[in-house]
Amino acid sequence: MMDLDEIEQQILREVAGIDGRPEGAYNFRLNGKSVGRQSSTNIEVSTSPDGLNIHVAPHTHGEVVHIPVIISASGLTELVRNNFYIGQDCEVTIVAGCGIYNCGTKDSVHDGVHSFYVGKNSRVRYIEKHYGAGPGAGKILNPVTRVEQEPGSYVEIQTEQLRGVDSTRRETSALLANDAKILIRERLLTHGRQDAESTIRVELAGRNSVADIVSRSVAQDESRQLFRSQITGKNACRGHSECDAIIMNKAQVSAIPSLDAQCPDAELIHEAAIGKIAGEQITKLMSLGLSRAQAESQIVNGFLR
Amino acid sequence: MLDLQNIEFVVKNGAKRRAIIQDLSLSVKAGEFVAITGPNGSGKSSLARLIMGINRASAGKLIFNGQDITEKTITERAKLGIAYSFQQPVYFKGLSVRDLLQVAATAKETFLQDTGTDYEKLLATVGLSQDYLERQIDNSLSGGELKRVEIASVLARGAKLMVFDEPEAGIDIWSFARLTDVFRKLHKKPDCAVVVISHQKSILNIADRVVILKDGKIQAQGRPEDLKEELAL
Ligand SMILES: Nc1ncnc2c1ncn2[C@@H]1O[C@H](COP(=O)(O)OP(=O)(O)OP(=O)(O)O)[C@@H](O)[C@H]1O
Ligand SMILES: [Mg+2]
Repeated sequence: MMDLDEIEQQILREVAGIDGRPEGAYNFRLNGKSVGRQSSTNIEVSTSPDGLNIHVAPHTHGEVVHIPVIISASGLTELVRNNFYIGQDCEVTIVAGCGIYNCGTKDSVHDGVHSFYVGKNSRVRYIEKHYGAGPGAGKILNPVTRVEQEPGSYVEIQTEQLRGVDSTRRETSALLANDAKILIRERLLTHGRQDAESTIRVELAGRNSVADIVSRSVAQDESRQLFRSQITGKNACRGHSECDAIIMNKAQVSAIPSLDAQCPDAELIHEAAIGKIAGEQITKLMSLGLSRAQAESQIVNGFLR
Repeated sequence: MLDLQNIEFVVKNGAKRRAIIQDLSLSVKAGEFVAITGPNGSGKSSLARLIMGINRASAGKLIFNGQDITEKTITERAKLGIAYSFQQPVYFKGLSVRDLLQVAATAKETFLQDTGTDYEKLLATVGLSQDYLERQIDNSLSGGELKRVEIASVLARGAKLMVFDEPEAGIDIWSFARLTDVFRKLHKKPDCAVVVISHQKSILNIADRVVILKDGKIQAQGRPEDLKEELAL
């Protein structure tokens, strides 16, 4: 696939876990332009005025779609829309990821809007990794993810942003029909003076719909994090959200959960915990021979896994 | 192997000072199996944590194999061959049993036995099946299971001096019988010593020496058969 320099290749590995042209359907965006695109028999990747459209034919099984975005030019600002239309009875994995390398003086910004229309009884895994590097100015990522789930569908969203991204505003929303289920796993580590905000809204409109949101984060140095989660239960449903943060140094973390039950059979739970690493955890690992710094990083890495 | 000389451990609570351990001297020889017992709050865990370096002595000296370790950190003491099994083991969100054993076995610097490589065997020693290797060390483990993992992590170190703090707590009697066997064997290895803090007669009875603590001082010590009265054995 296209010519990538060493830094770009490294970012691609970081955000998409691939070493070049992926198998199956993909669209690869580099510095604001699509530099590679491929459809497969069951998955059509095309563009329209609404953005990139990815159509997955009904009954497609075991396929993976890659849509990595890399920005290595300083000062680039882009807004990208990706629309996923997933037929019924599918089972697909979508690997998105955005990496910014900035060595210049101007901020680089990627705003991505991802919309998912998930057909009946389909299963979708959506993996999104964010990564920032380079000594230059701001690396800014603002992803918006919107999910609409038809009856019996299952969506799993895994997002990960560990280090490097200066500023992030993440918005995730989902609307679930009967028997639909969504699982959202968020992992975040901020350091330096980074700033991250994540808002997750799930509307459990369908009977027996289920949402499970687990957010784990580590805030180091003087970074700031804000989490908002809002689960609305409009039917007999189950919603669980858990926000767990380790706070270190002079960081700040806020968690604002909200539960809104509009039906007596809605069961909604929220758990939130923010705290520093327990002293006994460090002591225990030190007594096994680790230094204090090694113990801390073992605890942090394990927590974010 | 270990020489505690006139150890004091004082904690401050506002203007109040309280000596948890008072002018305590104790030595443990290589090859010895020492049991420490005494009422709740008598200072047993405080003493064990002083040995590991988790508590720092307010006065006195600790000598380990001829070296003054009074000012050494927990990590340094671990690397010299001291290990401590916590009375109240810690949960780790995100670490599996395998992760913990790996840390214990690979971070070891000075050790005599190589008990660390075979994790499954190690778990069997504490009465856990190999399925536990992938379990998370979080509150999905029962108290007794967590305690066994804690003991296994110390066995994995293959340390010269192993201190077990109430290993019986939460462990069923069948598994405990097997554990006592392990302690019995451990200290027989050359250059090793085992200290077990316990309220269990079955442990006290097999120790070479029993030390009874009271109010932060040694009230009595000797062979278990010579302490029948004090221990009401
Ligand atoms: N850091 C501390 N600050 C204040 N008090 C402490 C501290 N550590 C221990 N103590 C007190 O010192 C006393 C001895 O505690 P320690 O845990 O050593 O007792 P123990 O003999 O191990 O008891 P148990 O049999 O219940 O485990 C207790 O009264 C305890 O409350
Ligand atoms: Mg104790």
